[in-house]
Amino acid sequence: MLSFNLRLEKRPLPSSTMRIAAPLLASVAMLITGLLVFAALGKDPLNALYEFFVVPINSSYGVGELLLKATPLMLCALGLALGFKSNVWNIGAEGQFTLGAIAGGGVALFWGPALGKLVLPAMLLAGILGGMGWAAIPALLRTRFNTSEILVSLMLVYIAQLYLTYLLHGSWRDPEGFNFPQSKGFDENATLPLLFEGGRATIAFVFALVLAAASWFFSTKTFAGYRMVVSGLAPAAAAYAGFNEKRNIWLALLISGATAGLAGICEVAGPIGRLQPSISPGYGFAAIIVAFVGRLHPLGIVLASLLMALLYLGGESVQLSLQLPSAITGLFQGILLFYLLAADLFVGFRLRRKVRDKPPRTLSAAAETIQPPA
Amino acid sequence: MSGEVTTNSTPRLQLRGIGKRYPTVVANDGIDLAVHVGEIHALLGENGAGKSTLMKIAYGVTQPDAGSIEWQGAPVKIDSPAVARRLGIGMVFQHFSLFETLTVAENIALSMDKKVEPSALAQRIREVSQRYGLPVDPQRLTHGMSVGERQRVEIVRCLLQSPRLLIMDEPTSVLTPQAVLTLFETLRRLAQEGVSILYISHKLDEIRALCDTATILRNGKVTGTCIPSTESNQSLARMMVGSELQECQLIPRTPGPTQLELTNLSLATWAPFGTHLQDINLRVRAGEIVGIAGISGNGQKELLAALSGEMVCNDSGQVRICGQHAGKLKPAPRRDLGLTFVPEERLGRGAVPAMSLTDNALLTGARSGMVRHGLINKNIASNFARDTIAQFQVKCGGADATADSLSGGNLQKFIVGREIKLAPKVMVVAQPTWGVDVGAAQMIRQALIDLRDREVALLVISEELDELFMMCDYIAVLAQGRLSPAYPSTDLTRESIGVLMAGSSLEKTNAAQEAVHA
Repeated sequence: MLSFNLRLEKRPLPSSTMRIAAPLLASVAMLITGLLVFAALGKDPLNALYEFFVVPINSSYGVGELLLKATPLMLCALGLALGFKSNVWNIGAEGQFTLGAIAGGGVALFWGPALGKLVLPAMLLAGILGGMGWAAIPALLRTRFNTSEILVSLMLVYIAQLYLTYLLHGSWRDPEGFNFPQSKGFDENATLPLLFEGGRATIAFVFALVLAAASWFFSTKTFAGYRMVVSGLAPAAAAYAGFNEKRNIWLALLISGATAGLAGICEVAGPIGRLQPSISPGYGFAAIIVAFVGRLHPLGIVLASLLMALLYLGGESVQLSLQLPSAITGLFQGILLFYLLAADLFVGFRLRRKVRDKPPRTLSAAAETIQPPA
Repeated sequence: MSGEVTTNSTPRLQLRGIGKRYPTVVANDGIDLAVHVGEIHALLGENGAGKSTLMKIAYGVTQPDAGSIEWQGAPVKIDSPAVARRLGIGMVFQHFSLFETLTVAENIALSMDKKVEPSALAQRIREVSQRYGLPVDPQRLTHGMSVGERQRVEIVRCLLQSPRLLIMDEPTSVLTPQAVLTLFETLRRLAQEGVSILYISHKLDEIRALCDTATILRNGKVTGTCIPSTESNQSLARMMVGSELQECQLIPRTPGPTQLELTNLSLATWAPFGTHLQDINLRVRAGEIVGIAGISGNGQKELLAALSGEMVCNDSGQVRICGQHAGKLKPAPRRDLGLTFVPEERLGRGAVPAMSLTDNALLTGARSGMVRHGLINKNIASNFARDTIAQFQVKCGGADATADSLSGGNLQKFIVGREIKLAPKVMVVAQPTWGVDVGAAQMIRQALIDLRDREVALLVISEELDELFMMCDYIAVLAQGRLSPAYPSTDLTRESIGVLMAGSSLEKTNAAQEAVHA
C-alpha cells in the first residue's frame, strides 16, 4: 500500500499577512500554469501571455471593455459576499441576474414610451425587485421547510433561463425581428448613459463602486451587518444573543438577489440594449469566485472583479489572435480558484513529516492524537 | 499481593526530567515522577498545569521532547498506546469513546489489540465486573447507559488487559457522590492487589480521601510532593495555585420579591437522547442565589434553553421574568425584561471566537447604548470591553484581542463580567467555573455573590457540589428532567443531594430513616 509520510497539521496562529497574500500568490501561480499551458499548446508562452493579459487593455476602448465586464461581476459578488459571510449560500446569482433583466426589460418594452424620462429608474427598480423576488423563493423554502438554499437557488437558475427563452420565442419576440428569438431594442431613454466616449462601459460601473462602499459601511458600521457576520462566524452565539436566524437568511438572500438583479438590468439596458436568450457568459457563477478571491471584502471584490474581467477579455483575445478555444477562459478561472483554495489551506495548515512510525491502534488513542494540545 | 515479582523499592513507573513543548506553551518542564507498586498516586494541578500532557506521554499518545521513562526499573520507549498496553499500562479517559449503537461487549472487542469475538468476551467481562463490584451487562446497548455506567465499561475494558498501572483522568467529574464512593472502593481493591493507580484530579477532598501520595504540578513543573491525608485543603490549594485563596463570603440576607418563576414547565427535548422536562416549578427572589445541582444530561441543556428563550415554551405563563409572562418570548425580548445569561459553552456561544473583545461586548451589550439608529458606536463598545477587562482582571492583549486568544478561565471572566455589567435583574449562569482555574473560579463566584447582594436574582446550574454549597442560598436537584423542591443549602449534605440525584424524594427517605430510628 502506498503511504505518504506526510500529514496536515493545524497552524497555531495563521498569519494574517499570508491570508491577504494568498490571492496574489494564487494569481502568480495561475500565470505560471498559464505559461505551461500555452507552451503545451505549441504557442510562444510569453507572446501568448502578452496577447492574453496586455493586448485587451492597451487602448481606452479596451479599458472600457474591462470596466464593462467587471461591473456585473462586482455587483453580483458584493451581494453574494454579504450572504457568504453569514453562512447563507446563494449559488443562484445567475438566475437572479436573468430575472432582473426580464423584469427591468419588461418595463422598457411595455411601459417605455408611457414613462418617458422616468423609464430608466423604473427599469432599475424593477430589475432589483425581480432579482429579489427570485431570491425570495429559496429564502422562503429555507425558512419554512429547511430546504438547502444552495440547491434551490442553483436549480432556479435554469428555470430563469428557460423562462427568458420562452418569453423570447413567444409573446416578447420582436415582430419585426425576422423571427429571431429576441425582443425589440430599447429606446434611447431606456439605455444607461455611457461612462466615457469611445468605450461601451456605462454608469453601472459607478453604481458598483458606490455599492462597494455601501457594503463596507453595512458590514462594519451597522448592527444589522454585525448580526449577519456573527451568524456566519458562530451560529450558536447568534442564537444565544437572540439574533433572528430567519431574518438573517431573508436579508442575505434578498440583498444578493437585489444586486444580481441590478447587474442583470444594467447589462441589458447597457451594452446589449434588448432582451436576448444569452445575456450573460456566466457572470453570476464567476461572481462566486470573485467573492472568494476578494476575501469577501468590498475592496478585494473590486480588484478581483477587474482580474476576472481581464480573464474574460484575454480569453476572447487569444481566441482571435492565437486560434485557441473559448474554453480557455473557463480554464483560467478554474485554475485561479483551485490555487486560491490550495493557498488558503496552507494558510491554516502546514505539511509535516509524520513522527510516529506506527498508527495508534485504539479509537480513543486516535481521537487523542488529533486533539490540539491542552 | 498476588505473585508480584518486583520489590517495593523499584518504582513501577519512573519518569525522569520529562519535557514537552507546544508551539505556544511549555506543557511539561523537567518533570520527575515515581509511582510505586500498589500505590494510588495523585497528580494534582490546575487546568493547564500539564497533567494531561504528562499522562498522554506515559500512555504513549504523545512523545516527550526530553527526559526518560523507566518501567519496573528498565528504560523503555513508549511510542504508542499499543506499546503502553503491552507493558501493562491502562488508561481511562475523561471523555469516553464508546459507539452508542453497539453493545458493551462489541465496544470492548473493538478496542482489543488482538481480534476477539464479542461472544467470547462476554464471560470474561462478567468475571471482571463481578470481581471488582462493577456491574456491567455485556449485552446491553451503550446509548441507554448513564455516564457512570459508561465509565464502568471503560474501566472494565482496561481491567480485561490486567494492567499493572491504571491511569485515570478526572474520573469523578461526571459521577454522583454515591458513585464516587463505589469507584473508590474498586480502586482501593485494585491497589491492594498490587496495581498502581495514577489519579488525575483537581478535587482536593477526593485526593485526601483516596490517595497515598500526591505530586503537584504548576505551570508544567513539579511544585511539591506530599502525603495528602496529612495535608489540609488549604495547604494543597496553596501548592497548586501558589498563593493563599480567599474564601467566598455568603452572608445570609432577606430576599426581596420573586423575579424569576417557572410554573409547571414541561418541554419536549429537540435533541436525540435528550431529556424531556417534566413539570418544573422554581422561584428565584431578588437578592438570592438558587443553585441547580445534577449530572449533565438530566435536562440541564433543555432547562437552559427554556430559560434563555432559545426554546420557546408552550404557554407564556410557564416562565415569568420580573412578573412578566415570558414563556413565549425569544431571547432578545427576555433580555429587555432584565435577564442576562452565561451559557455553558464559552467559545462559539458565549463569545464569537474570531471577533475582538470589543465586538464580543456588542454581542449582548447592543441594547445598552452601543447601538443607536442601527449604527454601532465603537467607542462605547470598546470602553465597555476595557472596563470589563479591568474590573474582572481578564488577562488578555486588550480590547482588540480576539476571544479565542484568551484562556478558558479568562474568557469566562470576560463573559461573566459582561453579563454582570449589563445590570441584570435576573441572571442565569451555567457551569460558572467549569474548567476555570481555582483563583479565577473564586473570583467569579465572589462577583456573583456581590451581584446577589445588590438585589439581583441569580440561578446557577452547576455539576460541582462544592461550588453550589459555597455560593447558593437554596439548592434544587435536576434528575431525569424533574426538579426537586429547593432546600436551604444549609439543610443539605452531599449525601442528601446524592439521594435527590438518584430521583428519590428527600421527604420519603427522611421519613423512612425516622421510622427506623423511632
